[in-house]
Amino acid sequence: MGNENKPMKLAYYPGCTLKNQATNFDVSTVSSMAKLDVEVEELDRWNCCGTVHALDSDNVMNRVAPITNMIRVKEAQARTEGMASEFMTSCAMCYNTLKRANIDVRQRADALATINDLLYLDETKYEGDVEVLHLLEYLRDRVGFDNLAKKVTKPLEGLRVACYYGCLLVRPKEVAFDDVENPMVMENLIAALGATPVDFSHKTECCGAYQTVDKPEIIADRTDKIMGSAHEEQADLVVVSCPLCAFNLDYRQDDAKRLNPDFRNMPVLYFTQLMALAFGCDESALRFDLQHIDPLPALKARGLD
Amino acid sequence: MDTTLRINSAQVGSSFVAQIEKISGQKLLACYQCGKCSAGCPMAAYMDVLPNQMIRMAQLGMRQQLLETRAIWMCVSCLTCNSRCPKGIRIAEVIEALRKAALGGGERNDHLEIMELSPEARSVLPPIATISALRKLTS
Ligand code: SF4
Ligand code: SF4
Ligand code: SF4
Ligand code: SF4
Repeated sequence: MGNENKPMKLAYYPGCTLKNQATNFDVSTVSSMAKLDVEVEELDRWNCCGTVHALDSDNVMNRVAPITNMIRVKEAQARTEGMASEFMTSCAMCYNTLKRANIDVRQRADALATINDLLYLDETKYEGDVEVLHLLEYLRDRVGFDNLAKKVTKPLEGLRVACYYGCLLVRPKEVAFDDVENPMVMENLIAALGATPVDFSHKTECCGAYQTVDKPEIIADRTDKIMGSAHEEQADLVVVSCPLCAFNLDYRQDDAKRLNPDFRNMPVLYFTQLMALAFGCDESALRFDLQHIDPLPALKARGLD
Repeated sequence: MDTTLRINSAQVGSSFVAQIEKISGQKLLACYQCGKCSAGCPMAAYMDVLPNQMIRMAQLGMRQQLLETRAIWMCVSCLTCNSRCPKGIRIAEVIEALRKAALGGGERNDHLEIMELSPEARSVLPPIATISALRKLTS
């Protein structure tokens, strides 16, 4: 972790859902990074990435929002000592969209030139020179899980955790920072926190995403299958890295129960909340009150409340 | 699907096929119909036409039938198919091109009416859900 006395500065892109319903993801990210001596600095004037990466091959318009954020990173770097030309986000969807836009404009000079022209009000131009990092990638590659384990004051002993990746951390290949079919980065983090990761069949099976808006019955079916597969492995809870997965797997459990009377509730947490818990952060950093399914009974059963 | 199809060279070489290939950046004829994309598709259970069938219909220039399917709106671009296709075809890009063709016809052809949801249903939705749905399902 480099110089022990001088905290590292890392630009941070929260994304809009972390500033709305997923405040628990935001505060647990920032608090646990502080425990790791990484000073997280939220970007000035960041804007929504647009959520989904448009797949048409000559798209320019939907790359503008992500690239504007790259310019904000360059501005932050220029005025902050000890900050690299990179930034971190913990939202899997933001990560995916920002990273893919970055890869795309690096390969299409004409599209990048058009975007820089459109952003003529910004003095800073984008030249493909910012790196997009997901928090899990940062923890694994920069902090290191061995170092991270040293900061654990409350090991999550006995807690059985199913790590749900969904789609956006592992697909497409170009943005995946782990194996596409069988990623392990979250399991390795969970193990470093003292908990027991459990393997389950649906860890990279999509939850149905935005169909949740007007087709909750479909999400109920997906949630029933995904949570059911976690139950089969006797998991105590599921952790996620995407606020849309979280909404579908947590909030839509009511719909799953209506669909399947045998459905059993299981709490869904952000991986950062487990980190904050293991680092001994207080309730203001955990915000378990924002979970739809209360995780406290499951944690209490393992002596972890 | 109960369809009688007469294939002729005009259909296969139609401007629709060229349009879909251009928007998606994919070569439709590369698909040899192994079905792997459909086997792993998490949304297949809710589709009227499966992903491999969508590709076949696109190869054959079946514009109208394709644009009327429920399936093109059901696909959520999870990219499972893309990552598994033995021919390297980006099926999700093809389906996105089909949605673009349906949405870009000059008239609105939205497949989400957000104001028809109850205020309670709307109020719980996080922005990540609403924004992505609007981006994918409306013009
Ligand atoms: S992906 Fe979502 S959470 Fe991330 S910035 Fe965009 S809308 Fe917001
Ligand atoms: S919300 Fe669903 S679609 Fe998105 S990453 Fe999560 S699993 Fe995939
Ligand atoms: S996996 Fe590829 S080759 Fe096989 S049917 Fe699907 S698109 Fe065609
Ligand atoms: S991208 Fe669409 S077609 Fe492909 S597996 Fe996912 S939902 Fe199915």
